[in-house]
Amino acid sequence: MRFVDEYRDAGRAQALAADIAARCEPGRQYTFMEVCGGHTHTIYKHGLEDHLPEAVTLVHGPGCPVCVIPMGRVDDAIHIARQPDVIMTSFGDMMRVPGGTGSFLDAKAAGADIRMVYSPLDALKIARANPDRRVVFMAIGFETTAPSTAVTVLRAAAEGLENFSVFCNHVMIIPAIKAILDSPDLRLDGFIGPGHVSAVIGCEPYEFIARDYGKPLVVAGFEPLDILQSVHMLLGQLADGRSEVENQYARVVPWHGNRVALAAIGEVMRLRPHFEWRGLGFISHSALGMAEEYAAFDAERVFDLPGLRVADPKSCQCGEVLKGVLKPWECKVFGTACTPETPIGTCMVSSEGACAAYYNFGRFSRERVREASRA
Amino acid sequence: MCLGIPGELVGVVDDHPDLAMVDVSGVRRRINVGLLADEDLSVGDWVLVHVGFALSKISDSEAQAVLDYLEGLGQPYADELDALRESDIT
Repeated sequence: MRFVDEYRDAGRAQALAADIAARCEPGRQYTFMEVCGGHTHTIYKHGLEDHLPEAVTLVHGPGCPVCVIPMGRVDDAIHIARQPDVIMTSFGDMMRVPGGTGSFLDAKAAGADIRMVYSPLDALKIARANPDRRVVFMAIGFETTAPSTAVTVLRAAAEGLENFSVFCNHVMIIPAIKAILDSPDLRLDGFIGPGHVSAVIGCEPYEFIARDYGKPLVVAGFEPLDILQSVHMLLGQLADGRSEVENQYARVVPWHGNRVALAAIGEVMRLRPHFEWRGLGFISHSALGMAEEYAAFDAERVFDLPGLRVADPKSCQCGEVLKGVLKPWECKVFGTACTPETPIGTCMVSSEGACAAYYNFGRFSRERVREASRA
Repeated sequence: MCLGIPGELVGVVDDHPDLAMVDVSGVRRRINVGLLADEDLSVGDWVLVHVGFALSKISDSEAQAVLDYLEGLGQPYADELDALRESDIT
């Protein structure tokens, strides 16, 4: 149990691992999806799968916002960045994400003014300091991050800034989960729900999963013990024949979410009719665009964009990895043509992408060992 | 960018009710606390900070546990702190 020392409470972790094993019905297999990339990172970093009985399989979901940005959107952003009067601003995670014509890093090397920022409010500051330039913020992220963009736009509007806009790529977790539930590829027994997304949206939006699909969901924190506890709770629900939404992360996630954050999103953004997710294709009502009232801050209206759909490289199997159909190492190019240094697919770019997490930490996971022993 | 990092509120920002000074592992920066308008925040409280915004108020013990966890993460947390150091929200 080499990882147990790292746990907040090693005794509790050991007891949980034993309880988890005891809760598994003999002969039954359990497959749970952790939706959030932060959870995937924890699972691989701490080798959590090694502490679970063989009957329990964790599959990794689409909850890494960098990983689901389709190539065409990256190309559109680079098109904006190449305008001579533009300063493009972006979180560092986006810099190496490949589009059809290269990444932000490539565009920057070729002369585009692309700057990394910690916060959209830092992008706003750049806009104030450069009144003769147009400053664009590349907005990515799930509901965790969307309120920050919304509040920044409200601030820009209040200040009357005319040289700031947002290229809005905010996506929503509920439609992605629904798309996975409706996909014929995968049979899941339950979900480990995202933590920080739920701090914004609360737990109620997941109730249809329990009610209409009969699948339990446990909103979970990010520590190894949190994830073990969530697996334990999921198994408990299945043993009792229940399917409910439970909140393991109540110390951060209020059941009703964050009213102020949701109001800011509601003011500034509108549901798009559909949006393309890398690997998952077009999903209805799954993303946020800027509201008409804030058109002056909407890069899609301010700039004339190519808007071309770019197919993923043929060798890339991010789609299957994002849906949990393939494990990272089952992808044809994993660790050979596709590495964190030269990623082909987005799952290898972000540290929360399943492939990067597995590449960095997953070498000792039990599937890999089993696979090696078969070879 | 997806990390939530604990910051201790160490001061208010004059004329800006939505901004506050936080200390994150020794890095002091201004962040926006407007999303926690429903909470009663005061100096000494801990919040979970995400891309320059306080997302949740958390207990002291939770903050310490998350800090221990993040420090164990290594590079992703170091990158996040480097990005925070470059931040200058006004």
